Amino acid sequence: MEHQSSAMPSEITFHHPHQSDEEFRKKVRKTTILLSVITVIELAIGLSIYTIHKGENPSHLLVLMFKGVVCILTLAKAYYIVSVFMHLGDEIRNMIMTIVVPLLLFIWFIIAFIADGNSYKNLRNTYDPHFKESTTPKEHHAEKQAHEEPKPGKQ
Amino acid sequence: MATTATAHQTKWWSGGKSPFNLEYGKLMMWYFLMSDAFTFGAFLISYGSIRFSQNFWPDPNVVFNAFPGAGHSNLPLAFVSVMTFILIISSVTMVLAVHAGHKGDKQGVIKWLGWTIVGGLAFLGCQAWEWHHLITGEHATLIDGQIQWVGQTTRVNPWGALAGIDDVAAALKNSSQHSLALLAHEQNHSLVHEELMGMPKEKLLGMINTAELHVRANGPVAFGGYFYGITGFHGFHVFSGVIINIIMVIMTQKDVFQKRGHYLMIEKAGLYWQFVDLVWVFVFLCFYLI
Repeated sequence: MEHQSSAMPSEITFHHPHQSDEEFRKKVRKTTILLSVITVIELAIGLSIYTIHKGENPSHLLVLMFKGVVCILTLAKAYYIVSVFMHLGDEIRNMIMTIVVPLLLFIWFIIAFIADGNSYKNLRNTYDPHFKESTTPKEHHAEKQAHEEPKPGKQ
Repeated sequence: MATTATAHQTKWWSGGKSPFNLEYGKLMMWYFLMSDAFTFGAFLISYGSIRFSQNFWPDPNVVFNAFPGAGHSNLPLAFVSVMTFILIISSVTMVLAVHAGHKGDKQGVIKWLGWTIVGGLAFLGCQAWEWHHLITGEHATLIDGQIQWVGQTTRVNPWGALAGIDDVAAALKNSSQHSLALLAHEQNHSLVHEELMGMPKEKLLGMINTAELHVRANGPVAFGGYFYGITGFHGFHVFSGVIINIIMVIMTQKDVFQKRGHYLMIEKAGLYWQFVDLVWVFVFLCFYLI
């Protein structure tokens, strides 16, 4: 690659194929639009979750599904940022693997700790009635409560 | 794609060359970012762990619904989407700065780095406003059988479940003159605080329409610590990224990279900046969306 100056560091044996300005601009524009569109979709889902919560009968399954979709969209965003903006996709496979393989630990990390938190909650709800009573919202549709008759059985 | 073929055919592990085909500093930046990803990951996962251990967690759409200059109007997600777009755009300008560096275009590097710095500072400004609003914006909260006016801090969380109307009625009798005066003022703006402070408690209680109050119980205390801790740590990354970018502008201006023959340093700063954006994607997910 004679067009590169000799000042380039010695670790680099192979230079990335030269990208034309036009190609580069197209790629960056495409990725920017993609990231923006994904973000807008995420915001739309966030707002729908808000309206579902406010509604008469919040469907918890639907909310959970929406949250799952948002998580997947976030991973897609992360993929585009890392592979296009950070150019990891253009590096050689050896190097990509040294970054990506350790990150697989997150799969265990997330599952283990979320499950741990959840199990702690279940144990406390079972064995610590005070915790359960003091932290569980009393009314299911708390938002509507102000307009309802006070329930006789409540303290 | 003849060059790609050469890359695949090269015997990377036969010695005499770096098997990663990457300059030392850039490779180490990647490993630093990987370890930083674990740091942020550990913070966010511990947040998730605590959140799953609670029976109730504040709804982000209720907590983050303010917009500068919009007063008390309810605008969930609006301000944080502005912050998100600021970071995405600053990410793009950083990509353009790195590209200008590839071409040895000094003026291009300075121009795009400049815009990146502007984006970073705008983001930090937004975050400062958001923190200030959360800490100083006080809400009537049902704590220990009293109505207290509290902001979101690391010690108290005003975003619990909506309190029952008879609980609120009982709590009003135990509340301080100050709390009652603020509640009365909220429903009757014509009276100033000093005037209300001078009234007898019974009169204040009579002025407050309990059915119209939207008082929440105190929520999980951990929320504040996690929110300020993680967004603060991210904000610190943005801040150090801005400092690094400013240093890069000065070095470019002084022709340091021109003399060196390459702009690899801009690429490393670029990696750091993109990482800050990457982390925000996950902070945005964990605190504002789900």
